[in-house]
Amino acid sequence: MRTDRGSWGKVISGGLIFGGAAAFVSLAGMVEALGVREIVIGVIDLGRLLLLLIGLGAGYQAARRGIGGALTALARGLLAGAAAGVGLSALLVLASVVNLRGMFINASPTLLEIISFGRGTAGVPLVIAAGAVAGALGAVATLLPGAVRGPLGAGVTVTIVVGLFQELLQIILQEGGIRSAIRQFIFVPEGLPPRGALGVFLVVLVVSAVWRSRQPVVRGWILKRPPPQQRLVRLLGLLLAVAVALLLPLAGGLFISQVLVLVGLYTLMGLGLNLEVGFAGLLDLGFVAFFAIGAYTVGLLTSTGQYGIAHWSFWAAMPVALVVSLIAGFLFGLPILRIRGDYLAIATLGFGEIIRLLALSEALRPWFGGSQGVLFVPKPIIGGFEFSGPAQIYYITLASSVLIAFVAARLRDSRLGRAWMAMREDEDVAEAMGINLVNVKLLAYGIGGAFAGMGGAIFAVLLGSIFPHSFSLLISINVLALIIVGGMGSLPGVVVGSLFLVGLPELLREFSDFRFLVYGAALIIMMQVKPEGLWPAAMVRRELHKEEPVGVVAEEPAAVERVEA
Amino acid sequence: MALLDLESVHVYYGNIHALKGISLTVEEGEIVALLGANGAGKTTTLRTISGLLRPREGRVRLRGEPIDTLPPHVIVYKGIGHAPEGRRIFARLTVEENLKMGAYARSDAQGIRDDMDRVFVLFPRLKERIAQVAGTLSGGEQQMLAIGRALMARPRLLLLDEPSMGLAPVLVEQIFETVKSINQQGTTILLVEQNAYMALTIAHRGYVLQTGEIALSGRAEELQANEEVRRAYLGG
Ligand SMILES: Nc1ncnc2c1ncn2[C@@H]1O[C@H](COP(=O)(O)OP(=O)(O)OP(=O)(O)O)[C@@H](O)[C@H]1O
Ligand SMILES: [Mg+2]
Repeated sequence: MRTDRGSWGKVISGGLIFGGAAAFVSLAGMVEALGVREIVIGVIDLGRLLLLLIGLGAGYQAARRGIGGALTALARGLLAGAAAGVGLSALLVLASVVNLRGMFINASPTLLEIISFGRGTAGVPLVIAAGAVAGALGAVATLLPGAVRGPLGAGVTVTIVVGLFQELLQIILQEGGIRSAIRQFIFVPEGLPPRGALGVFLVVLVVSAVWRSRQPVVRGWILKRPPPQQRLVRLLGLLLAVAVALLLPLAGGLFISQVLVLVGLYTLMGLGLNLEVGFAGLLDLGFVAFFAIGAYTVGLLTSTGQYGIAHWSFWAAMPVALVVSLIAGFLFGLPILRIRGDYLAIATLGFGEIIRLLALSEALRPWFGGSQGVLFVPKPIIGGFEFSGPAQIYYITLASSVLIAFVAARLRDSRLGRAWMAMREDEDVAEAMGINLVNVKLLAYGIGGAFAGMGGAIFAVLLGSIFPHSFSLLISINVLALIIVGGMGSLPGVVVGSLFLVGLPELLREFSDFRFLVYGAALIIMMQVKPEGLWPAAMVRRELHKEEPVGVVAEEPAAVERVEA
Repeated sequence: MALLDLESVHVYYGNIHALKGISLTVEEGEIVALLGANGAGKTTTLRTISGLLRPREGRVRLRGEPIDTLPPHVIVYKGIGHAPEGRRIFARLTVEENLKMGAYARSDAQGIRDDMDRVFVLFPRLKERIAQVAGTLSGGEQQMLAIGRALMARPRLLLLDEPSMGLAPVLVEQIFETVKSINQQGTTILLVEQNAYMALTIAHRGYVLQTGEIALSGRAEELQANEEVRRAYLGG
């Protein structure tokens, strides 16, 4: 009201921007393409959900920025949502006057029908009203206390996820007494009916609310146990996670295995890049180079085709691939030791492209196969068991990821890890502290590269053939995006990031055309809402939440809870 | 033999001639003050000693052994600790992590723990804030942490770059008291200061730098009595 940022004009223009975003994703074809996937039968599909979320977002941000009481916040949300509705309506009006399809191929009658609730320009008031309602709901979300918002959010999110993946869940819940009972309770063959959605929502709501109130008690109870018992609890949790990870491909089938292998490969690369960027603070935009080097090393050493040089087994070739990419990391680091900041980004970018172009080059074709690539890479075999497809190779990926994550965790807590941390925080002071920057940097590039090389080695046997065009800049960017979304410097964050940015779009095939649109949006939203990432490293968490006491163990959990609420 | 000596050291930034033939010595057990106006080259001198800058001409010797060609991390191992200008603490790390980082060059766990206790005796405030993120410390506490961190390397020679910068008078006095007691416990100190009056009350000897050259040097009392120094730096 008084401040510039909080003025009503800003609320309206902010809302219009969200409306513009809604019109943009509509014209990009996303709303219609995603509209195919129903989330709750007869109630909402993914396309409409996207528009609804944009409306909610408009209200949320308008309410969050404002000053004044609850009513003001509500009014701001309402207004911003309505403005977003106006922005989207502009598309409807425009489409009725001119033929948009000449320029925007996606401005189809179906799209307009979706947006206007099937009413054409007559739907404009409805769209604006819907925007206002969504905006008000977004504002309400900012007003609710955490104890209410948490469970509500969990309920809505889980319901949406269940609706999105109903096909998959139905496959998993196909057989078995309890499993099929659950399935029949929630689903109908075509998807998630309103009744099932409500059921899921309520169950999650209750569970989440109960957990929220009991969690401090449970944690306090665990913390009061003697250390061996604490370790046991942790071990049990770990075993549970391992069991789930082992059973996933069995329950989910071939398609799921394929997605999981991809997630695993990106996790390997993410762990490597996280070591460089997250631990050591060295930006690297050419990271795909190490992935390529690992893949080509295994390909050339094992291929039974024209370019194979040794006909080794995968198991013999993989360690070599690790060593080669480690050395590549050292060599890569040497010329850029003294480069910092923006220049480092450019230099590393170049390195990634150089490796791809070398693999592609005609001159080196006799060795690397040029654009035709290296073919006939045999599958790994162990004692007569062939890792013939994604469902089997998944286990190699899983084992490598666990191993590499363990190594990364040990490195982080080692002397070398501390040196990386110091270097990331302040290179000059680190040097004055007695840290040999040259060694420490080269080790970061080398070890990070070796992690990615491991991923590349598995990639080679997964596909059975290697082509230079698989190693584009986009992979480097994907990996960087996933560690940002997951949480820079955080190991679980890498897994979460690759599940979100690689697994999710892969599972929702409708997304694949809009992958980079989604990436861009995800990054922007993350930077606005949760800059520390989905699963932040401990240090980043305490940096961004300075108001919370750090290092002080709460004597009385209930008291802390009360302060929060 | 002097613990540290610089012999006609010339240092350049590109073609800016920052140090024009500096010679100075620091004896074992001394506090030596390095005074001078802004831009005189005090920080440059310290950075040259700790190997962060290379002299184009001249020598830096530690107990007679040339160290001016050694990389910074080796110089730390040789026993020179540096608390850089402007409280360059690791802002995102805790107090404890900062101190441990200072002991990076060492591997004797017991000794590190003892030295950490020693730092806490010198700066009880740091002990109270051991788990606090360093960036949230007050300016004075950050300065204490910077000094404490340099001490954690258990240096023979400690280079302090303006430890009193930006502190309230009471704190300045306290910091100088601490510097003095660090010295009494056996650490030789080369102290860069704007606050010439305070520096000369605890120092044994001093040098005055003027645009990259040593303009004056002598025992602390002599410098305090010197007309030129009084006029230029002591405001009297
Ligand atoms: N990185 C650099 N590049 C170019 N010139 C520099 C650089 N660092 C310092 N200088 C110049 O060298 C001279 C000496 O600087 P120095 O930092 O040693 O001064 P100082 O005596 O420590 O001053 P102050 O009391 O303000 O800290 C100054 O003229 C400064 O501008
Ligand atoms: Mg200075």
